[in-house]
Amino acid sequence: MTTTAARRSTTVTAPPFGGGHGTHPGTVVEPHLDPNLSTRPDIRPSSRRLGPGRRRRFAGLVGPAALILLWVAASATGLLDPRILSEPWTVVSTAGELIADGRLQENLAISAQRAGLGLFFGIVVGAVLAVLSGLSRVGESLIDGPVQIKRAIPGLALIPLLILWFGIDETMKVLTITLGVFVPIYLQTHAGLRGIDLRYVELAQTVGLSRAGFIRRVVLPGALPGFFLGLRFAVTGAWVSLVVVEQINSTSGIGYMMELARTYGQTNIIVLGLAVYGVLGLLSDAAVRLLERKALSWQRTLAG
Amino acid sequence: MATNTGGLGTPPSYEVSVRGLIRSFGPKGVLNGVDLDIAPGEFVALLGPSGCGKSTLLRALAGLDRDVRGSGVVKVPEQVSVVFQDSRLLPWDSVLGNVTLGLRDHDADARGRRALAEVGLAGREKAWPHELSGGEQQRVALARSLVREPRLLLADEPFGALDALTRLKMHALLKELVAAHQPAVLLVTHDVDEAITLADRVIVLQDGRVALERVAGAGVDHYSLRGELLAALGVHAAA
Ligand SMILES: Nc1ncnc2c1ncn2[C@@H]1O[C@H](COP(=O)(O)OP(=O)(O)OP(=O)(O)O)[C@@H](O)[C@H]1O
Ligand SMILES: [Mg+2]
Repeated sequence: MTTTAARRSTTVTAPPFGGGHGTHPGTVVEPHLDPNLSTRPDIRPSSRRLGPGRRRRFAGLVGPAALILLWVAASATGLLDPRILSEPWTVVSTAGELIADGRLQENLAISAQRAGLGLFFGIVVGAVLAVLSGLSRVGESLIDGPVQIKRAIPGLALIPLLILWFGIDETMKVLTITLGVFVPIYLQTHAGLRGIDLRYVELAQTVGLSRAGFIRRVVLPGALPGFFLGLRFAVTGAWVSLVVVEQINSTSGIGYMMELARTYGQTNIIVLGLAVYGVLGLLSDAAVRLLERKALSWQRTLAG
Repeated sequence: MATNTGGLGTPPSYEVSVRGLIRSFGPKGVLNGVDLDIAPGEFVALLGPSGCGKSTLLRALAGLDRDVRGSGVVKVPEQVSVVFQDSRLLPWDSVLGNVTLGLRDHDADARGRRALAEVGLAGREKAWPHELSGGEQQRVALARSLVREPRLLLADEPFGALDALTRLKMHALLKELVAAHQPAVLLVTHDVDEAITLADRVIVLQDGRVALERVAGAGVDHYSLRGELLAALGVHAAA
């Protein structure tokens, strides 16, 4: 009945659908005649937002910080028996002592080296196998079956065999981690690769991409989201494998330090070890996510 | 412009030459012996009811139908470019990267930039495809197809997803680009007016064969041609 412009300019004085005040059907009201219009706040009908909203910095730290606060409060009020879980300040001072005599850094370096090497080899093996089996039928029939079988065997069940073959030295530990890491990398990268839209393959044909160009420009970037999903599983898996190999038979590393503390009943060192694992896990996951966001900036997703 | 309705006198050297093209999916024949010639630089529009095999014919010319059963002779030039209905830009590549995809010469980037300027997208080289509007994406697809200086441009409803206004602008742009680069063009479309305004010749595909073939362009009565084409497509509305 009234034009949009007319309705907007009368909103201030009249209810939106009231009509009748000052405007007649068909009257054209200049939108800028209303002096209120320019100073009016931006009133928009609030549309419901289904996405999670803008990303905020350090938002990921809120949850862990709350947990630590709870721990401090429970210990300070005596609700938490120090024999069950050491007080946070004891753990901090323990950390200070262990750093002072160098044991913490030493064990941490060893652990990080094992996890890093295992992760590296696992990523390389998983990604190469995924590309080989994703791009050729021969590769798939040779590779996919064995990997699926490996997936069905819990990684840690292989440890006895690995100890028999390689003894209990570093090779066995890194290999255990590698075996745990390459499976999720392979699975997710392979799925990502197979999920590449056939239309892009057609496009590659029509623009005359070479085989190598096709892999570099279409296959690898197209499989990248899957690869990163696999990487996050892999990093978690690497820490799990690390804990196990270091606690079963080892003479160094964070896991060994904790295992030793258990025999002496040193809860504070055990809790310190847990905290170190937690921090390492958190840091590595954040690193992967950062990498992912950089590498996949072309994607439009809820993650933002 | 080449005007050719086939057959008479000494045969000119055609850019595209199709003889007895047969294609079928399963037991059902889709193309039942299509004959088609396109002269160098000629603009041919292909009309036909939905599902009659227009895309199948185009894919045969583009060499994208290796898994389809069929026979026939297809002669196409070395340099063929395809524009799809979806712009089909790689989402993980920049606009410029998409345009130069598959180019192997060292001045590929410079040529890509020129092609983007030609379609009015200078300055957007670094954008991601999802940052462009649908019409802009389709212009990038045009730039990508023309940067390789094709002898034959195949386009399957390239403007089908665009709004009417953008579509008109794209018509003008396509005309300009085709005049500048002089490829032979086979344009699949549902839009009779689009076919008449753009093409030198319009053909209608029906029951797997070329059912009607008319010269369009300057000097042709648009109104009666439009009526005739619509009638061939089974639309008997008084326009
Ligand atoms: N890959 C395929 N597998 C099986 N049948 C197919 C395939 N592609 C096309 N067809 C069939 O072939 C026939 C022709 O398809 P085509 O895509 O060429 O039609 P079209 O003329 O392009 O239609 P439209 O105008 O709707 O795009 C259709 O009946 C379709 O169902
Ligand atoms: Mg089609």
